[in-house]
Amino acid sequence: MTFSSIVLQFINGLAGTSSLFLVAAGLSLIFGVTRIVNFAHGSFYMLGLYVAYSAIGFFGTTILGFWGGIVAAALVIGVLGAVIEILVLRRIYQAPELFQLLATFAVVLVIKDAALGIWGPEDLLGPRAPGLRDAVTILGGNVPQYDLALIVIGPLVLAALWLLLNRTRFGILIRAATQDREMVAALGVNQKHLFTAVFFLGSLLAGLGGAVQIPREPAQLFLDIAVIADAFVVVVVGGLGSIPGAFLAAFIISVVKAFCIGIGDVTILGFDVSFSKLTLVVEFVIMAIVLVVRPWGLLGRPQGQQRGAGMLSQPLPQIGRRFLLIAGSIVVLLALLPALGDRYLLVLLIDILIFALFAASLHFLIGPAGMVSFGHAAYFGLGAYGAALLLKQAGLPMELALLLAPLVAGAGALLFGWFAVRLSGVYLAMLTLAFAQIVWSIAFQWDAFTGGSNGMVGIWPAEWLSSRTVFFYLTLIVCLGAVAGLWRILYSPFGYAMRAGRDSPLRAEAIGIDVRSVQWFAFAIAGLFAGIAGALFAFSKGSISPDLLGIPRSVDALVMVLLGGVQTLVGPVVGAAIFTWLQDEIARATEYWRAILGLVILLLVIAFPQGIAGFAGRLLARRRSAQS
Amino acid sequence: MLSLRNLHACYGQAHILADVSLDVGAGEVVVLLGRNGAGKSTTLKSIMGLLPPHSGEIHFDGARIDGKAPHDIARLGLGYVPEDRRIFTDLTVEENLEVGRQAERAKTPLWTPERVFALFPNLAEMRHRSAAQMSGGEQQMLAIARTLMGNPRLLLLDEPSEGLAPVIIAQMARSIGELKSQGLTVLLSEQNLHFASQVADRAYVLEKGRIRYQGAITELANDPDARRAYLSV
Ligand SMILES: Nc1ncnc2c1ncn2[C@@H]1O[C@H](COP(=O)(O)OP(=O)(O)O)[C@@H](O)[C@H]1O
Ligand SMILES: [Mg+2]
Repeated sequence: MTFSSIVLQFINGLAGTSSLFLVAAGLSLIFGVTRIVNFAHGSFYMLGLYVAYSAIGFFGTTILGFWGGIVAAALVIGVLGAVIEILVLRRIYQAPELFQLLATFAVVLVIKDAALGIWGPEDLLGPRAPGLRDAVTILGGNVPQYDLALIVIGPLVLAALWLLLNRTRFGILIRAATQDREMVAALGVNQKHLFTAVFFLGSLLAGLGGAVQIPREPAQLFLDIAVIADAFVVVVVGGLGSIPGAFLAAFIISVVKAFCIGIGDVTILGFDVSFSKLTLVVEFVIMAIVLVVRPWGLLGRPQGQQRGAGMLSQPLPQIGRRFLLIAGSIVVLLALLPALGDRYLLVLLIDILIFALFAASLHFLIGPAGMVSFGHAAYFGLGAYGAALLLKQAGLPMELALLLAPLVAGAGALLFGWFAVRLSGVYLAMLTLAFAQIVWSIAFQWDAFTGGSNGMVGIWPAEWLSSRTVFFYLTLIVCLGAVAGLWRILYSPFGYAMRAGRDSPLRAEAIGIDVRSVQWFAFAIAGLFAGIAGALFAFSKGSISPDLLGIPRSVDALVMVLLGGVQTLVGPVVGAAIFTWLQDEIARATEYWRAILGLVILLLVIAFPQGIAGFAGRLLARRRSAQS
Repeated sequence: MLSLRNLHACYGQAHILADVSLDVGAGEVVVLLGRNGAGKSTTLKSIMGLLPPHSGEIHFDGARIDGKAPHDIARLGLGYVPEDRRIFTDLTVEENLEVGRQAERAKTPLWTPERVFALFPNLAEMRHRSAAQMSGGEQQMLAIARTLMGNPRLLLLDEPSEGLAPVIIAQMARSIGELKSQGLTVLLSEQNLHFASQVADRAYVLEKGRIRYQGAITELANDPDARRAYLSV
């Protein structure tokens, strides 16, 4: 690389910093004060682009119209954030962290469909900024004028935020509440107003981050998830709650990305290395390195232990005779179902069984092991890709591929788990998300090996398993066996060690449990079992695609577990059944199934903060105590 | 001014306060004594709305306050200083005071940073310092100062002498005397009978969540049986 191209890539990176910083700063502020990990934050960014597109169209492409449109978009998104806080989140501040997460994800679904309804599925590229349409020549390279404007906007907002946080009462209250909200309330500050105001500010920043991108990036529906993943990374790398940290992290990540693109394809030691393809992964690599070296982020402060999510401390129920009896009857009933001859029902049931196993493996991790994962689909997907690759690339027989594929997922979980168990709470969750994104990126980009964005087809089961009915029985046996195996582990000495490590790491260490190793293996086991589900899924569909590893699928699993209730054993199975069935029903009825699903989730979360099975369990307990 | 009637409070299933009734008159300094775990902090948290009472009533200045949100209770003129102080260590001394600041209340003198610094002179020298770099005694003073900035008419102090050196305790006693002479009503919790008898007019003794004794602090100080029965002396 020449000196001039280094400078140019550096400028490129600086220009990318602004948007990323704006989004991350908003996320960080909201998390700091309300302790809510707002999945919908990426949706606010996406809406910022859409609204800016429309607003500029409305105001006209004059200098005033353009910048007025951007400011208007930011304000609109700020108000939207405040409204969502008032309508939804305010009702669930007392609910467990994970339910809040679920609610914000439901908001993601609703917003995505709203955007689809309003703006349609096409990408919308906005106008270039009036007065900044040209490029300036720097060291012989062209730099768009608008990029220079962005380079100025980022630090300006950073300075404005710094002034706000340090020189105004509102800012001082934000910082105080980030440390101890209850004390702030006891001093006479109305938390509700503070939270709403912070949501307004945070959402406004996300909206602004999206809006200023309008000349550079089209408004697209997938941006919500892409951006929230980026924002997580920036916040975690910079340090949760640190605004300067967010800026620094946004800067490092943008510059490294710009350099990766700038370097392009080169040959190192005889290998062709494509740096431009690294861009999707590189930020997650940075995050993984930072988290291992400085788990609280570059400019963050170490936080107290916060493993688990504050709702998981109830002991697991003992498996009684009644439970076995009911479970047995259900299995027999399931085994008889193919006799009905309803092909569609079998397909649905196979899905339900597979997702029940997937959800049970995530439950194993979240509940008894006390580690929340935002990226469990990585292991589901690794199982599916493992099966497909073993079948197609390695030419193994299907049975062997099915048997070995879960080991691929288990190996992946062993690798990523080594990093993950070094962290706890939200940091751990975000790291799992980052790893899932890495796996997704690899599957998405490695056309020659994984089929890239198209995935792979023709992954069918062996001849003797090819009838729906036989495959159903295979799925039934494998999934039920695996779920039973997971439960068996919970009640083994390893399971007790796991729960001891979750509930009281110090005491567990004191009685000789190596908590970290136990968690590491728990992580690997959960990955392995998710891999079984994934491998079955690949053969049941005959094809795979990167969607299997995507964040939405990870969240699906979270929704299943949380719907069913974390404290119960059957919760994830119930949740998976309801979720899969509901999704199927709604998807057949309307194009806007995501919004419907989101609204249903919101209603459920607000009505049953303990999950459905947890709710039913409490009803039972109440009836029993009323009888006695 | 403040009265608790048959108050019961629970943490989840654990029943902590049973039938607590007490009164604090305007201008009084009343102490709530009791061993560790007797329920003193729980009583103060219940008054403040941080732990909504299970049953019973709390009246402040004629208005019923149980069931209200903490910030509403604070705005009625109740100031709360928690036992672990809960200073905002990410903020400077001055910023801590700012968080506590509330609008002026009718018939209550207005506290300003200057007035607060006059009461606790050593805080004045460190007004721009981060609260994280303060000693325990200084943090305790800052916690009280921060609450005073809300112009309370009644101050709830949870074990103000806990963990402090004797010199600082003496200084704390003088400050509380000063506040009393300015007309502030105080309800404090204590385990330190010596300190309590320096500042309080009357005492209630809590044991296992029940009021066991009430009377003038001098009586209690002169009653070795009661002291032995309810306090760890
Ligand atoms: N957050 C809590 N959850 C459950 N129990 C608590 C909690 N805080 C205090 N307790 C219990 O309540 C009782 C009274 O505690 P507390 O009011 O703090 O006593 P004191 O302030 O007199 O030392 C103790 O038995 C204590 O264990
Ligand atoms: Mg106490």
